[in-house]
Amino acid sequence: MSAINPSNPIYRARRRRHIAMIVLSALTLAFGLFWLVWILGTLLTEGGAALLRVSFYTQMTPPPGSDGGLANAIVGSLIIVGVGTLLGTPIGILAGTYLAEFGKRSWLAAATRFLNDVLLSAPSIVIGLFVYAVFVAQVKHFSGLAGAFALGLIVIPVVVRTTDDMLRLVPNSLREAAAALGAPAWKVVTMVTYRAARTGILTGLLLAVARISGETAPLLFTALNNQFWSTNLNAPMANLPVVIFQFAMSPYEDWNRLAWGGAALITLAVLFLNILARTLFRKRN
Amino acid sequence: MSAVADRVAPTQRIAQARWKDVAFENLTRFFALFVFGLLLAVLVTLVIGSELTLKKYGLGFLWSAEWDPVQEEFGALVPIYGTLVTSLIAMLIGVPVSFGIALFLTELSPPWLRRPLGTAIELLAAIPSIIYGMWGLFVFVPLFQAHLQPLLVDTLGELPLLGALFEGPPLGIGMLTAGLILSIMVIPFITAVMRDVFELVPPLLKESAYGLGATTWEVVWRVVLPYTKVGVIGGIMLGLGRALGETMAVTFVIGNAHRLATSLMAPGNSIASALANEFTEAVGDLYYSALIELGLILFLITTVVLGLSKLLLMRLARGEGTRT
Repeated sequence: MSAINPSNPIYRARRRRHIAMIVLSALTLAFGLFWLVWILGTLLTEGGAALLRVSFYTQMTPPPGSDGGLANAIVGSLIIVGVGTLLGTPIGILAGTYLAEFGKRSWLAAATRFLNDVLLSAPSIVIGLFVYAVFVAQVKHFSGLAGAFALGLIVIPVVVRTTDDMLRLVPNSLREAAAALGAPAWKVVTMVTYRAARTGILTGLLLAVARISGETAPLLFTALNNQFWSTNLNAPMANLPVVIFQFAMSPYEDWNRLAWGGAALITLAVLFLNILARTLFRKRN
Repeated sequence: MSAVADRVAPTQRIAQARWKDVAFENLTRFFALFVFGLLLAVLVTLVIGSELTLKKYGLGFLWSAEWDPVQEEFGALVPIYGTLVTSLIAMLIGVPVSFGIALFLTELSPPWLRRPLGTAIELLAAIPSIIYGMWGLFVFVPLFQAHLQPLLVDTLGELPLLGALFEGPPLGIGMLTAGLILSIMVIPFITAVMRDVFELVPPLLKESAYGLGATTWEVVWRVVLPYTKVGVIGGIMLGLGRALGETMAVTFVIGNAHRLATSLMAPGNSIASALANEFTEAVGDLYYSALIELGLILFLITTVVLGLSKLLLMRLARGEGTRT
């Protein structure tokens, strides 16, 4: 009896298993997408209305029972994320440059890549503890700057990784051509390979910003929170994630509503950054 | 030769360029060393910060279930247990689901659907963890408590040995809920690695199997999976590392109770959520030191798991290099 004869019982059993597994596989995909749709749907229904009110963006975080917005938290988040990115990006790009252009396969480069990859997935709350111990505990007060330090430390491994990857994708012939024209190595890197890898590095940067925009855990011990308008980096600063945490955990109805608004805002921003980074990267390839 | 060089580029200019080259290379090397030292700096800081409890309890800290800020008695057993149990639940659900998704995306999906579906799954990783926590507490927990938990108590709770895991009042929050939400969060990470390594399999191998009459499932199970075994385990470890250190999502739903319970339905605590809840309110040097030591334990566990994951993935990549 032929192996693919429909009346062969072994063939039928194999076929049944094959179909069962394909169906299961499709179901797992549906399972994954189900949560995505549910979570995004919840955010829009619970927080969408808040996003459309002007007061949401212009008023300060209110005491329970009165009306208000998240203006100070939004601005605080922008400042902390901005400063964190400014601190982390140059370090990340330069370290990544060393790995791709100078270190290459040396033991130092290999070990740094390894440690960087571990750092990339290390729990962010531990980074918060670290910044607390070396910075907050020394100056004895929470501050927006400490929050920016913590976020900067999270930016570094993301940028190192993408810079390294993207620079290594630049064809060597480009470097050789520049070197043959007499350009010194630092000029080859800054004026030729950086330019060739520009979009890739920018993609990494956008992903890093997206990653830190939603980070809550490291800010709990560093930037803390501030009920009032403050742009002083040396004082506790309001920021969206911590305000969301505090307001969501509170028993007050209106605080919860604001927390949903903040959650919707932050998720939309992060998803937008992610999709922007993807389209940028795809256009290049 | 030197006469020509002198005319074209004066030695001074060459020397100057060399100086800038050296400076630039050393500048980049400095920052690479900075990254290199960062992990070590975190480790040293945490060890110094937990000096008090390290001295007072020694290794006993790891298996003492005591956690009494008032009497100043501390032990890490409850949070360690909670961290491990929630991550284990996350893996039990997350790994098969991720495998199914990776299988669908690499072998079954029509090519034009691959990118949008893959992106959608990856977006699960982009949602900030605090959103998972909030959604979990306000949306998932009430439904879970009203419908799924009573069902679990009535069915699995009746089983002889396993039943003890599913006992107790359906509170909604607890270790099982935290594990379930963690499982959703690790899916994109494990799926991404599995997809990448599945694509490393030489088409020749798969086509040979298909040529012998193997079904898609047989090709995946007997050819793709054995070939990529090391990488798949690396991906699972990466997901595990993520689950162990996840903070905000767990903090919202685990219940934050310093109590050792057999039932998965009972509220518990994880290292990360204990830190998030108690650190800013900790009074007293010993309490503070105990929390830092919890952070140290978490850091050590995740670093070992993530380091192992990276080693396994590197082994697969290296094997790939020699085979082609």
